[in-house]
Amino acid sequence: MSDKVMFMQGNEAIVRGAIAAGANFYAGYPITPSSEIAEKASELLPLCGGVYMQMEDELSSMTAVEGSTLAGARSFTATSGLGFSMMQEHIGHAVMCEVPCVIVDVQRGGPATGLATKPAQGDVMQARWGTNSDHSIITLAPASVEECYELAIKAFHLAYRFRTPVIILSDASVAHMVENVRLRTPKPEELPASRDPQCDPSEYLPHRFDPDHPATLAAFGSKYIYHMVSSTHDETGLAKTTPDVSDRLVHYLWDKIENHAEEIAYTKEYEMEDAEIVLISFGCSARSARGAMEKLRAQGVKAGVLQLQTIWPFPVKAVQKALAQAKLAVVPELNLGQLYSEVQRYNVEGRKVISVTKVRGELITPDEIIKAIEEVK
Amino acid sequence: MKATITINQKLCKSCGICVAFCPKKVLGLQPGKKAEVVDPEACIACRMCQLRCPDFAIEVIKNV
Amino acid sequence: MYTWKDYVGYDRLPHIWCSGCGNGIIFNALGQALEKMQLPLEKVVIVSGSGCFAKIVNYPGVNTVKMLHGRVLSGATGIAMANPELTVFALMGDGDGTTIGGNHLIHAARRNINVTAILGNNYNYGMTGGQYSGTTPEGSITATSRYGLVEDGFDACKLVEAAGASYVARTTAYDVLELQKMIIEATEKPGFAFIDVLAACPTHYGRLNKMGTPAEQMLKIKEGTVPVAKAAKMSPEELKGKLLTGKLVDRNDREDYAVLYAKMAKEARGE
Repeated sequence: MSDKVMFMQGNEAIVRGAIAAGANFYAGYPITPSSEIAEKASELLPLCGGVYMQMEDELSSMTAVEGSTLAGARSFTATSGLGFSMMQEHIGHAVMCEVPCVIVDVQRGGPATGLATKPAQGDVMQARWGTNSDHSIITLAPASVEECYELAIKAFHLAYRFRTPVIILSDASVAHMVENVRLRTPKPEELPASRDPQCDPSEYLPHRFDPDHPATLAAFGSKYIYHMVSSTHDETGLAKTTPDVSDRLVHYLWDKIENHAEEIAYTKEYEMEDAEIVLISFGCSARSARGAMEKLRAQGVKAGVLQLQTIWPFPVKAVQKALAQAKLAVVPELNLGQLYSEVQRYNVEGRKVISVTKVRGELITPDEIIKAIEEVK
Repeated sequence: MKATITINQKLCKSCGICVAFCPKKVLGLQPGKKAEVVDPEACIACRMCQLRCPDFAIEVIKNV
Repeated sequence: MYTWKDYVGYDRLPHIWCSGCGNGIIFNALGQALEKMQLPLEKVVIVSGSGCFAKIVNYPGVNTVKMLHGRVLSGATGIAMANPELTVFALMGDGDGTTIGGNHLIHAARRNINVTAILGNNYNYGMTGGQYSGTTPEGSITATSRYGLVEDGFDACKLVEAAGASYVARTTAYDVLELQKMIIEATEKPGFAFIDVLAACPTHYGRLNKMGTPAEQMLKIKEGTVPVAKAAKMSPEELKGKLLTGKLVDRNDREDYAVLYAKMAKEARGE
C-alpha cells in the first residue's frame, strides 16, 4: 500500500499513528488542548472495530485504559496537565502491574487551570515523577505533526516491548499546528509485541523479573488465566509483601527501562557536526531552537540543535556528546528549567550551559534565544 | 446420618456463626477451640452451616 | 465440571479476613453461584479495588485484577468493553463502591455496562481501622466518629436505580440462599447489575457499636431490613430507617452498552 500524505493537526496525527500501531481502544475525558484527540478517536475507532469510551473523569479514563488492555485491547488516552495529574494515580498502577498503554499529555500553561489554550512544557517532571514512589517510565516528545504520527507508533511499540505505560508529551503548539504527514504503514517489527505467551497455560506467569525480557502479557479471556494485583507481588501477580520481593520488584521496574535507555533514546541532530553552540531542546521549543540556529548560521556562528524526542529515560549519551563539543550549551524550554536541570545533572565536564525559559503561554522566539547567547558571550 | 460434615481445622476461625444458626444444634464451639460436630445424628443436611461459613471451613456432603 | 473450590481458589485459603467477617460469606455465595452457572474459568474476571473486600483477588481460580481504591467499576468497564464475551464481576466494599468510587457507580449504571457489581457493605473502612464510609448510618460510632456520626449513609440501591441500572437487589449476609440466587440473576442479566449485600464487620463496626457476636450482628443487620413485598403494605413511619431487601429493579427496556456501541459502530461503517 502506498503511503498517503495528509494535511492535519498534531492531535489528529497522534490518533492516526496510534491506530496504525494497532490501537483499538480509547478511554478519556476531554480537556483543552487535547480534546481533538478524543474527537478524532471517537470518529475513527468505530470505523476500524475499536471502541471509544468517554469516561466520567481522568481517574476512570486511566483505569478503563488499563482494564481494556488486560482484556486484550491496545489502548490509549489523552489529557492535559491537570488531567494528567489525576491520571498519575493509575499510571502508577500500570507501572506496578506492567500494563502497556499510551498516555498523551498535551501540555498547557499551569499550574492548575493555568492557561488552558496556551502552550507550555511544564510537565517534564510530572511525566517522570508524577506517580508515587520509585519507578521508571518512558516519555517521548514530538516537535512536528509528522513526529506526532511517528512517535505514537513508537510509543505503542515501546509500551509492549517494556510492558510499561508510555507518555507522549505534546504541547498546545504542536497539537494544533497543521502540517503534512506521511501516513505510512508500520513494518511488522515496529508494531507492539504479541499477546500470546506461547507456553502451556499451567506454566504462564504474568510477570518475569528479568529486566531484558519482561513477561508477555496475556489477555483475559484467552486460555491463560492470571492475577494482576497492584500490591507488591511476585511472578504470579499475587500479593507477596516480603522485603526481598519488594526489593526485587522495585529494582526490576527501574532496571527494565533504565538499563535500556540507549535503545529508547530517540534524538535528532541539526547542524551538529561542527557546532560550538549547542541548543538542546524538545517539542515546540526545539522548533524555536532550530529557528535560532538558522539565524546564527546565517551570521556565521557554528550553532547546532540536539532535539530530544525521548525525554525519559534521559538520553544521557547524546546529551553528553553534545556537551563535549559545546563551547556553550543552551536549553530553551517553556518552563522554568526542568530539562536544563537534567542536562546539568549530566554535565560532568562542567561545560557552560544556560537556561532559556518562558512561562507566558507564548513560544520562545529565535531572537530571544540569540539574545540570551549574546548576553553570556 | 443424613450427611457427613467435615470441618477444616486450618480454615475455621471460630466465629460461631455455624453454631448459632444451625437449626438442629448439630455444631458446637468451645472457647479457644475450633467448631466441632457435637450431634451428627441431628443433621438434616440443610448445608446452611457450610453456606454461611465465612472461611470455607465446613463441607456437608449428603449421605446417599 | 467445575466446583466452587475451582472458582474460589480453595488451595490458596485461608483468606485474610477476620473471624466472622461478612466478606467471606459473600465470597462463599459467589463460589456457589459460579458452580451453579458453570462459567469457564478463563471467561470470568473478578475486579476489585482497595480495602478488606478487595483482597478477594488473591484467591480465585478465575482471572482477577486489583485496581486502585475506588476504580473498580471503571476498570471493569474497560474489561467489559474490550471483550464483551467475558463475565465481569466488580467486587467492592462500601468505600470502593459508594464513597471514593461513587462517581463511577453512577456512570457504570447510567451507561448500563455489562458488569455484575457486588457491594460488600459493612458500613465502614475495615482495612484502615474502622472509619466511617458513605453508607455508615447516622449516629454510628466509628474510629473517626467517636461521639456518633453526624453524616448519614445513603441507600446505594436507590442511587443505582435512578442512574439506570438494569438489575438492582439487596440482601444480607445472613440470607445466603437469596444472595446466591441474586448473583445468578445479576450475572445472567445483560447490562449493569448491582447487589447490595449488608454484612457484618465484627472487628470494627460491630464491636464499636456493641452489636454482639458475629451471628448476633448478622441478625441485627437483618432486623434493619424489610423485604420489598412486605414493605408495600407498611406505612412510611414503619419503614423509617429500614432498607428494602429483595429484587428492587429488573428492567429490560435498554440494551447493555457494548451491544448498543456495536450497533452504532456497525451503522457508522455502513454495514
